[in-house]
Amino acid sequence: MPDQPVVPDLSVLFAGKIHSPNPFWLASAPPTNCGDQVMRAFDAGWGGAVWKTLGDPIVNVSSRYSSVDWNGQRMMGLNNIELITDRPLETNLREIAEVKKRYPKQALIASLMVESTREAWHKIVQQSEDAGADGLELNFGCPHGMSERGMGSAVGQVPEYTEMITAWVKEKARTPVLVKLTPNITDIRTVARAAKRAGADGLSAINTINSITGIDLDTFVPRPEVDGKSSHGGYCGPAVKPIALNMVQQVQSDPEAALPLSGIGGISDWRDAAEFLLLGCSTVQVCTAVMHYGYRIVEDMTDGLANWMSEKGFARISDFQSKSLASVREWKHLNLNYKIVARIHEEKCIGCQLCYTACWDGAHQCIHMDRVGQTSHAGGGHHGGHVTPAMREAQSREVISMTPIPKLDYAASANDNEPYATPLARIPRVDESECVGCNLCYLVCPVPGCITMEEIDLNLPSQSWEQRTSSVPKPPITGRKCD
Amino acid sequence: MTSSDQHRTHPELVARFPDLHPPFDQQSALTEANRCLYCFDAPCTAACPTHIDVPRFIKKIAQSNLRGSALTILDANILGASCSRVCPVDVLCEGACVYHRYNQQPIEIGRLQRFAMDAFLHNGAQLPQKSAANKPGKVACIGAGPASLSCAAELRQQGFGVTVFERKALPGGLNTYGVAEYKLRSADSLREIEMIRSLGVDFRFGEEISAATLAKLEQDYHAIFLGVGLGAMHKLGVPGEDHPAVINALDFIERYKTGSNLTVGRRVVVIGAGNTAIDAARAARRLGAESVQILYRRDHQRMAAFAFEYTQAISEGVAFRWWTQPVAIHTYGPTISAIECVSTDPATLAGSALSKADIQVGGSKSSDTVPAGNLPSFRIPCDTVIPAIGQSPLLSFLELCRGVKLENNRVVVDRNTGQTSDPQYFAGGDCVNGGREVVDAVADGKRSAQALGRILEGAHA
Repeated sequence: MPDQPVVPDLSVLFAGKIHSPNPFWLASAPPTNCGDQVMRAFDAGWGGAVWKTLGDPIVNVSSRYSSVDWNGQRMMGLNNIELITDRPLETNLREIAEVKKRYPKQALIASLMVESTREAWHKIVQQSEDAGADGLELNFGCPHGMSERGMGSAVGQVPEYTEMITAWVKEKARTPVLVKLTPNITDIRTVARAAKRAGADGLSAINTINSITGIDLDTFVPRPEVDGKSSHGGYCGPAVKPIALNMVQQVQSDPEAALPLSGIGGISDWRDAAEFLLLGCSTVQVCTAVMHYGYRIVEDMTDGLANWMSEKGFARISDFQSKSLASVREWKHLNLNYKIVARIHEEKCIGCQLCYTACWDGAHQCIHMDRVGQTSHAGGGHHGGHVTPAMREAQSREVISMTPIPKLDYAASANDNEPYATPLARIPRVDESECVGCNLCYLVCPVPGCITMEEIDLNLPSQSWEQRTSSVPKPPITGRKCD
Repeated sequence: MTSSDQHRTHPELVARFPDLHPPFDQQSALTEANRCLYCFDAPCTAACPTHIDVPRFIKKIAQSNLRGSALTILDANILGASCSRVCPVDVLCEGACVYHRYNQQPIEIGRLQRFAMDAFLHNGAQLPQKSAANKPGKVACIGAGPASLSCAAELRQQGFGVTVFERKALPGGLNTYGVAEYKLRSADSLREIEMIRSLGVDFRFGEEISAATLAKLEQDYHAIFLGVGLGAMHKLGVPGEDHPAVINALDFIERYKTGSNLTVGRRVVVIGAGNTAIDAARAARRLGAESVQILYRRDHQRMAAFAFEYTQAISEGVAFRWWTQPVAIHTYGPTISAIECVSTDPATLAGSALSKADIQVGGSKSSDTVPAGNLPSFRIPCDTVIPAIGQSPLLSFLELCRGVKLENNRVVVDRNTGQTSDPQYFAGGDCVNGGREVVDAVADGKRSAQALGRILEGAHA
C-alpha cells in the first residue's frame, strides 16, 4: 500500500487566542445577520463568522444593493448602502450566546460600532464578551450612512480617533481586539499603525470602497435607487480583490503596522484565499460570494485549499503564510537587466489576431502579420515598411467571397500546403528585437500556452534602478513606457 | 404587398414548421455575444460574401446597442434578417470561426444576427438614408429577388431613383416563394422587403418583360440591373412526369408556403440530392407523408446538399437511396402507382452488358445518365413524385438582352462591378453565379449598386 497523502491541517489560531477549524470566516454583513444564518453557515463548514455589526438600533432603506455585471457575468462588483444591524441588541446577544454554546469550535467574532464615548464602547465590549464572543472587531470602516454620524469610516480615516477608541476598548476587553480598516484613505498604513500603537491584537482589511456603481440611463438616477435618489455605497466583490491585496501587502510589510490580519476583499474561492494568506493574512473573510451563491461555496474553498497544500507539500497554513511578502519590493529594486520576449507557438494559434491589434494599438508595434506575401519587414525600421492594421482590414474588405457550393466549385480546398491548423497568413509574428516584454499579447491571447514569455539572456549582471543611479552620476534615460 | 394578410402565416404552417433555430432570449444572446473573441480582421467577416462586420455587430449586442448592431449588419447586407435564417452558416461565417481550432463550439453568429434584426424589425425598422438629397439617375432592376433588392436598396439609400419590375405578385423571389418555411417564413421575407420599399423604392408587380418593354427601359433608365435568377426546374425526361401528382420541388414548396395546398401523398419520392431536394423532402415529412425517399443517381459523397442538410433530413426521417435513377413514372388514373428505377451503382453495372463508356459517373448531368433500356429495373411504390434536379437558366429572357454576353448559360460580368458586356446592363445573383445562396445574390447586388453609384455620380457631376 502506498502511503496515504498527508491531509493538511487547515486550522488556525488567530492572534494566539482565537481557534478556528479553517481560515474561512464570514465577514460582518448580511450573511451573519442572525443566529439561524450563522448556525447554517457553520453546518456548511465555515470556520468562523463575524456577526453583523452590533450597535444602537438603526433604520434601513430599500433598496440597498446594486452591482456591476461584466461580460454577461453577474455581480463582478457589489455595492451596498445597508447600515449595521437593525435588530435589537438583546436579540443579537442572546443569539450569539446560543450559537457559541452549540458551536464551541467555530470562531465567533462580534463586530462593534457605537457612538464615540468611552462608556458606550466599554458597555458594548462587556455585553459582547459576556455573550461569549471569541473576539471583537471594531468597525471603523463602514463608508456610508454611519460615517455621517461620526462612526465607521469617520473614525477609521483619522489615526488619532482610531488610536483613542482602540485604547478605550483595550482597557476593557479580555478577548482579542481586531480593528477593521477602511480603504477610503490615502495610506492605509497610518491607521494600521495607530491601531497597533493602541494595543490592537489584530486587524481586518479591507472594508468596502466608496462607490457609485452606475446610473440608470432611463431615469438618470444612480443605483441603488431609493425613491428617486441614491447615495454612495460601499463596493466589494471580485472587482476589489486587487486593491485589497495591495493594501494587505502594504500593512503586512510595515513593521509598525503588521499584526495578525484577517483578509477581506473579493475573496470568492480557495485561490483568492491562498493569495491573501501568502501576503500575510491568518484568516480570510467572505461576503459577496456567499451573497451570490450561498454558504455552500465553503466546501470547495476548504477542499481546493487542502488539495493545493497537499500538492505543494504544505502540512499547515503557517507553512506558506506570508511566503510572498518577500518578493514584493519597491520598483527601484527590480532588475533592469532582466529581459523577456513574447513567443507565439504556431501550432496552438487559432488566428484571432488579438495579440496583433493589442500590440499595435496598446503596446509597441512589434507583432506583425507578414508571414505570407510580405517580405519588406527586414529593412523597414520600427514602424516603416509594415502593413498597418487599417490597411489589412481594407485589403480583406476588397476580397470577393462566395458560398462554397459542392457542385459549382470543383477546385480542391486550398489548405494543402499549410503547416498548421491555422492558415499561416493569420498567424502573427513577434519581432523579438523590438519586443519590450510587456506581457500584453500574452494577457489577451485566449488560448493557454499559445503565447509564452521567454527569458533572453542579456549576459549582464542584475542591476536595479537604485543601483544604477547610485553608481552612475547621471543616469541614462532608458525607460520607454510611463503611464 | 402591404396588406396584413401577407404578414400572417397559416396556423397549420406555424404548427408544422417551427423555427429550425429558435431565437435567443436576451440573456442567452448576451452570454453568447460575450463569448465572441472579437477577432481582428475576423475570418467570419472575410467568409461572409457581404462582409458583415461580425465581431462589431456582436460586440454591440453585448453592449446593449441593438440598433447599432442591426445597422452594422444592414450596412453590409440589407437582407440581414433573412440571411440570418437562411444562410448556410456552417460553411460561411460560423464555419470560419476560430473557435473550431480551439475545441469549442463556434459562436452562433446566425442566431445572434437574427436577435439583432428581430429587435430592429420589432422597433419599427427605420433605415437611414446614406444621402439626404435625391440625385439624378434612375436604375431599373428586373426581378425582385435578393440580388435586385440589395441593388435597389443601396442605390435608393444613396439617393438615386430605382424601379423594381417583378413578374410575380409578390417580391422576394425565392426568399418569399422558395425557402423552407422552418428557415424563413414568407411573411418575414415580405416584412423585410417592406423596409426596403419604405426607402422609396418603386415596385411594379405582374410585369412580364418583353423585347419591347426592354427597349423602353433602355431609354427611360440610365442602367438596368438583371436580377432575374434562374428559370424553370429541369425535367426528368421520363414517361409519366406530366401527371398532376408529379410536382417539381419549387412548385411544391411555393404551394405549401402560400398556403394554397398543404397536402402531400402518403408515400413521397424526391428525385435529386441538392439542398432544394432536401427542403422538399423535409417539408413532405412535416406535411404528413409517412415515408419520404430521396433518390439520387450517385452516392452521398457526390450529393450537392450541404452535410448539415443531409444530417437534419436523416433526423427527420427522410430516407436516401443512392445509385438510383428513375426511368418511368407509372400512373393509374388520377394517382401514381410507382416510380420505376434502375441502379447506377458501378458495382452492379460492372456485371451488366453495358460498355465502360456508358457508365460515366461524376461528369455532367447528361453524360452520367444511364441508358434505361439495357438494365434490369425495379419499382418503388409511391403517391407523389417531386423532381428536384436543379433549375434551368432563364434563357428565354436573357436572349432578349442582346448586348449581354452569356457563357455556359450564365451572364458574364466584371466581378467587382457586376457590369455586363453591354455597359448599360449590370447583373447579379443566380443568373450570374449559376445558383448560390441568398447572401451571394445580396453581395452581387450591392457591388453593382456601388459601382452604379460611382458611375451615376460621375455622369451628373
